[in-house]
Amino acid sequence: MYVYDQYDQKIVDQRVQEFQDQVERRINGNLPEEEFRPLRLMNGLYNQLHAYMLRVAIPYGLLNTKQVRMLAHIARKYDKGFAHFTTRQNVQYNWPELEQVPNILADLASVQMHAIQTSGNCIRNTTSDEYAGVAPDELEDPRPYCEIIRQWSTFHPEFTYLPRKFKIAVTGAEKDRAAIQVHDIGLRLRKNSEGETGFEVYVGGGLGRTPVVGDVVREFLPKKDLLTYLEAILRVYNLLGRRDNKYKARIKIMLKALGRDKLAAMIENEWEHIKSSSLELTEEEIARVQDFFAPPSYETLDDLSELGDDNNQDFQRWVKQNVKPHKISGYAAVVVTLKSPDVAPGDITDSQLEKVADLADEFSFGMVRATHKQNLILADVKQKDLYTLWQALNDINCATANAGCITDMICCPGLTYCSLANAHSIPIAEEINQRFDDLDYVHDLGELRLNISGCMNACGHHHVAAIGILGVDKKGKEFYQVTIGGSSGDEASIGKILGPSFAREEIADAIENLVKTYVELRQDDEPFLETVRRIGTNPFKERLYA
Amino acid sequence: MPNLINTQSILDESWQDCQELEKIACDGDIIVAIDQVEYLDFEGHNGRVAVTVPNDEDIVELYPSINKADVIRLQFPAFADGRAYSQARLLRDRLGFEGDIRATGDVLRDQLFQMHRCGFSSFELREDQNAELALTDFSRFDVLYQPAADESLPLFKRR
Ligand code: SF4
Repeated sequence: MYVYDQYDQKIVDQRVQEFQDQVERRINGNLPEEEFRPLRLMNGLYNQLHAYMLRVAIPYGLLNTKQVRMLAHIARKYDKGFAHFTTRQNVQYNWPELEQVPNILADLASVQMHAIQTSGNCIRNTTSDEYAGVAPDELEDPRPYCEIIRQWSTFHPEFTYLPRKFKIAVTGAEKDRAAIQVHDIGLRLRKNSEGETGFEVYVGGGLGRTPVVGDVVREFLPKKDLLTYLEAILRVYNLLGRRDNKYKARIKIMLKALGRDKLAAMIENEWEHIKSSSLELTEEEIARVQDFFAPPSYETLDDLSELGDDNNQDFQRWVKQNVKPHKISGYAAVVVTLKSPDVAPGDITDSQLEKVADLADEFSFGMVRATHKQNLILADVKQKDLYTLWQALNDINCATANAGCITDMICCPGLTYCSLANAHSIPIAEEINQRFDDLDYVHDLGELRLNISGCMNACGHHHVAAIGILGVDKKGKEFYQVTIGGSSGDEASIGKILGPSFAREEIADAIENLVKTYVELRQDDEPFLETVRRIGTNPFKERLYA
Repeated sequence: MPNLINTQSILDESWQDCQELEKIACDGDIIVAIDQVEYLDFEGHNGRVAVTVPNDEDIVELYPSINKADVIRLQFPAFADGRAYSQARLLRDRLGFEGDIRATGDVLRDQLFQMHRCGFSSFELREDQNAELALTDFSRFDVLYQPAADESLPLFKRR
């Protein structure tokens, strides 16, 4: 992974000092809340329902075990023993005290971490494919480019007060696991007809109130032009993005208003002026950053035909669901699910974190990944170690064999913590877990993404789920709207609303009903999403509102 | 008197604001609006001229009519409205303006560092901002990843 040199370290250290000073001014009364707000947000500090919430950046989801142990330490010392992984591969703490936040940032800086730009109207943490570097279908590892973007976007002086937040995702694989079409900018590594590698550039995707699938503004961008082109997009957006209405301020609204061709022309026009500026990337810089992501020293091993104990059903189920292919023979990637039925999706305790760190040291070259599905991944596990690893994960309740299944829900904090929420989401996840507690049934349902957001802001990505649940407020009561047919994969699509929303007592029944309908109507083992794509939403509607 | 600084010191300047007037003063340091510049003889004017440019104005298109100004005043109607950062960079990097670029409006201490990076050279602080302390804010960070008005090379070419 990328390792800071003295420059990178100095930036995060000086940021801690700066924030220390801002917090002191706030506490002394020299900085009014209104002005402190954007400053704290740019350090990931929110004021939530019951307390402050601190969001810590995990650039493209990658952590070493020293960092994981620090996250555990912070959970223990400054929180109530929990950390919460988010849909942007970041981690959140729900109970820090304002006075303590500079200390937390200092602790983070000591392991080359920070909370810079995890909120606010600026360029956020760049996200990526959770299987980057190990996926068999990968053209090139996207993470060096994520790191290059991270450095360029950190304290970019021109883009700190954008019309709205700005999110970038990069993938290097054939299959899009980074949801690039629902980001403000999505980049996909690809080859052009001359065999050179560069980027396909999507602009204008995003969820929230008006979900939009992004459009291609440039089919092929040479690597050296990455930063100048991003700078051109951001400049056009900063100057012309709407600022009169925060719900119409994302770049997706510009895309819709201007159309793809016009927006692309404006970007190209700006880019012409700066493409040969000093910001043009050099081969040396790309190689320097790529070096940090060189593959670990794999052993030469054969793929195993039988993994571990054949007679152990639980283990075999886990292998089937949570163990993923690896480009190196004899290795596998393992999903450490944070979705056991009795915990809030994405939550992990300090001691679980420490144990995961130990296991990563023992079995996976000391690295851990956070995924946008709110799980962790040990990406480089020898197949022959899988059984031992499974037992250890089982001991800490992180081996629920449900990766990609209906109970591997993405779920925002909702009304349990979030001040913007209309409705609870965590208790709904709990209820759905209870309805789907038979693992054989869950596995039979196959791949089924179910996402829950507590309000229109869509932090739970409900629009791009096969089944999406959105909390709405009806005359002060919590209701839930259901969408189906969404996906953030290659053929990204926005889910369609089925009909009137359901009361809190009804929503779990409605989901069960929906799933039963699918089971009756599916052909062979087609997943839920494919059934919806084949037959449309009507058959589901009819059943649900019969 | 405005609460005015550059990166080095507190400035003591007095300007006559002609923006709302029908007749522009013929001498002294004056502030004019963009729709007044066509009536102005920049070279003949006895004193300095500052032009206020709204932040939704296309600065590239406007520039030929204001390029002789001594001061271009860019605006922050609210500190969170960041359009003038891009205007300043265009003025410095693209258009080569060498005069004073002044930040006006909701100009707060915590924004000075990036304003300066984008090419602003003087700062009309909001009244309640402490100018002495503000002078310390230009040195908050020693490491700059990006090229901008204050640094021609990105860090990756200086490492
Ligand atoms: S979707 Fe709404 S309720 Fe959920 S975390 Fe985001 S803002 Fe809060």
